[in-house]
Amino acid sequence: MIHVEGLTKRYGQSLAIDNISFHINRGEVVGLLGPNGAGKTTTMKILTCFISASSGKASINGHDTFDAPLKVKEQIGYLPESCPLYHDMDVSAYLAFSAEVRGVPSSKRKGAVERVISDCDLGKVTRKLIGHLSKGYRQRVGLAQALIHDPALLILDEPTSGLDPNQIRDILKLINNLGQEKTVIHSTHILSEVEATSDRVLIINNGRIVAQGTPKELMSRSSGTTVYLTVKGDGVREDLAAAAFVKQAEKIADLKDGFVRLALQGADQRDIALDVFRMAVEKGWLVSELKAEMASLEDVFAKLTRG
Amino acid sequence: MKNALTIFKRELRSYFSSPIGFVFIIFYLLVSNAFFFFVQDFFRQGQVTMRGYFQTLPWIFLFFVPAITMRLWAEEKKMGTVELLLTMPLKEAEVVFGKFLAAFAFLAITLAFSLTVPASLFYLGTPDIGVIIGSYVGALFLGSAYLAIGLYISSLTENQVVAFIISLAVIFLLLLVGIAPVWLGALGTFAAVCEYISLLTHFNNVTRGVIDSRDVVYYVSVIALFLYLNVKNIEARKWR
Repeated sequence: MIHVEGLTKRYGQSLAIDNISFHINRGEVVGLLGPNGAGKTTTMKILTCFISASSGKASINGHDTFDAPLKVKEQIGYLPESCPLYHDMDVSAYLAFSAEVRGVPSSKRKGAVERVISDCDLGKVTRKLIGHLSKGYRQRVGLAQALIHDPALLILDEPTSGLDPNQIRDILKLINNLGQEKTVIHSTHILSEVEATSDRVLIINNGRIVAQGTPKELMSRSSGTTVYLTVKGDGVREDLAAAAFVKQAEKIADLKDGFVRLALQGADQRDIALDVFRMAVEKGWLVSELKAEMASLEDVFAKLTRG
Repeated sequence: MKNALTIFKRELRSYFSSPIGFVFIIFYLLVSNAFFFFVQDFFRQGQVTMRGYFQTLPWIFLFFVPAITMRLWAEEKKMGTVELLLTMPLKEAEVVFGKFLAAFAFLAITLAFSLTVPASLFYLGTPDIGVIIGSYVGALFLGSAYLAIGLYISSLTENQVVAFIISLAVIFLLLLVGIAPVWLGALGTFAAVCEYISLLTHFNNVTRGVIDSRDVVYYVSVIALFLYLNVKNIEARKWR
């Protein structure tokens, strides 16, 4: 659905994004992840035809964002970063305006407004001025206007920023529901959000894509799985270090009664908990803890974005 | 065109969504009528004509019209709503034209309230209705030229006050250029060119009750030029 090829955007001397390429298939929910200023917003602004790339190509459903912006815009529902709305309009008037501009035929406009009001749970505030709404409600109005024409593609720039935990959960739930039938690109720098919603993650840093894959792939790719073992026995460390399936065995702590706690990295990054268990049985070690832990997305993120 | 109408409706409603629109109209009527009836001393003139009203109009518009246009782009830029607006499936020209139409409608509504002046004139005597109608049409042309200039300048900044002041300065210059060279004793082509450029000289013909096609062409050209520049300026964000 989305093809991005060698996209570069220069602001004067500085490179906001640098030769980015990616593809997104229909129906995918993709999280753009990166620290502030990484180029997430710039990428989204190019996809939504708000600005043009300095070079490279981006197309949505075969329509080029530079050559056929109207065709592209028709297919997109967009929520910009700070959720800018007309504060002097009430919610239903604003949604009716959005529907009209988005080309929803007049016979269906009322239905469309009612649909997004119920989807985004805005029933209580339809007659209120947007300027008088709380941040959470405004964000939902922003989402509602992005959904009013039932677009195939949703582009949401930090849809949860500035919301409280309950509101964040609501928005994430909404994104999950939308992801059932729509293609969604959303950006964030909160990793748990990506884990909770996205089929795939693009990690952007300094204007480049530094990693992409499913959240699981990314987590296992980074440093693999660490096995924690608390054990008592003779020559434990030596035996483990000599075993073929162990890449690294590191003592973390000496505990009482002669127990030691070790952190083990498997060879070729796989989960070696079972191998460790078998070895302990064979050697007659006393084991009080055996636990496998996957690297979190935080670890991956920190590793990739701190150079 | 349908899209321009959608923008037009939103913008026009926005003028009246707060008391500011009404305050503006009342203030305009107070100022323009005070000038006409008291400063120019209409009652002692002994003539039922609106000539004086329309002679001061370019100078009163100078302060009022930039106030109509100043927010049209600057506010969108400041609030960030311009990003949503320009990522909707609209052409830049449709947005510009819709905004211009809304400002024009607001100006026309304001002027419509001033029709109490000719009504009083008809109560007092028998003024030349042709001249009055012609002058109103001319006032709309003049106002539209101001609006196009103000709208363009609003698109250059995100600060409404800056938009107001620069619009006022530019329009003031375009008025002055019609009289200043003559004061300074300039002659020949230079003075003629200056006179042609001026928004004022063309309006003077109108207040005499003459709507000349040359003046119409002039105003339409000024409007078209600034709307075109406006569209280009909005499109400039996408230049590579």
